Amino acid sequence: MSIFIQTRNRVSKFLQAFFRKKRTRIGIYGPPNAGKTTLANRIARDWTGEEMGQVSEIPHETRRASRKSDITISGSNGSSITIDIVDTPGVTTKIDYMEFLEYGVTRDEAVVRAREATEGVAEAMHWLREDIDGVIYMLDSTEDPFMQVNIMMIGIIESRNLPVIIAANKIDLPAASPQRIRSAFPQHPVIPISCLEGKNVEDLYEKMVNHFR
Amino acid sequence: MIEGIQIDLISEERLATMTSMEKIRMILDDVRRGTIVILEKGLAPEEQSTLIEMTMREILPDGFNGIEIETYPSRADSPGFLKRLLGKSAPESRLTVIGPANQLRMIKKDKDVISAWISTR
Repeated sequence: MSIFIQTRNRVSKFLQAFFRKKRTRIGIYGPPNAGKTTLANRIARDWTGEEMGQVSEIPHETRRASRKSDITISGSNGSSITIDIVDTPGVTTKIDYMEFLEYGVTRDEAVVRAREATEGVAEAMHWLREDIDGVIYMLDSTEDPFMQVNIMMIGIIESRNLPVIIAANKIDLPAASPQRIRSAFPQHPVIPISCLEGKNVEDLYEKMVNHFR
Repeated sequence: MIEGIQIDLISEERLATMTSMEKIRMILDDVRRGTIVILEKGLAPEEQSTLIEMTMREILPDGFNGIEIETYPSRADSPGFLKRLLGKSAPESRLTVIGPANQLRMIKKDKDVISAWISTR
């Protein structure tokens, strides 16, 4: 191989390594039972054919952050993004094992679940500080968006200058009010969706391609 | 002796002399003892993030089960050009009430009133 070609290859490798973009990690955050894992599953299923995690009506079903890599999402104009999706445990400032007893689990199971949930929330906050490049903030549009944990989390995300899309989930329910979420956070794009039924998820994908690029 | 609940009101000046970790430690130590803490000026977003994380690490079954926290919404003032240029456009933090989750319940909050109910243990 000529010196010219060897040099060209070395320069090419150097430039590739230098300019290679770190993979974009998009965290799905929000309070417990907002539908974060349902969304993570839908994104993973729609674009890779696989699911990410188990969902249930019991709060804090997701107690560990989990990541699905190399998801390529395409927009209508042909543009696309390749991202890692990080599904995170629901963020809260309080966890009492007694609340799990209402769902028929034993005391021992409830204590373990509560301990894992506290570890999961701490882990989610750590991910947000260190390893997340953009956020889908998931809200249940039948609930009050002005809950303090939402105000705090949006403030924390803004302070880190992370791009954020707010997904107003559960619009299939009669009590849903995505407009209330728009009023609460007018500074961010709000996409009303139903992760369960798949309603408007195409709008969310379109916004993700444009917003997280 | 009068029985009741201790409330600590921490001035902005006092908070300004404390490091982030000192503030968070003080809040958690006080709240775990059953004290209601009122900060004249709220915590920065980074401090709130650390407070959530440390709260989670201190929760125990049949013991401390977390915090209730409420603050006024930040004032909606548009940051000036210089602040935007320097990246100092974070919303201003305002008066904040923090207490044990099993004793403090928020009843109502709007832009300038926080109404709370406090129970004895």
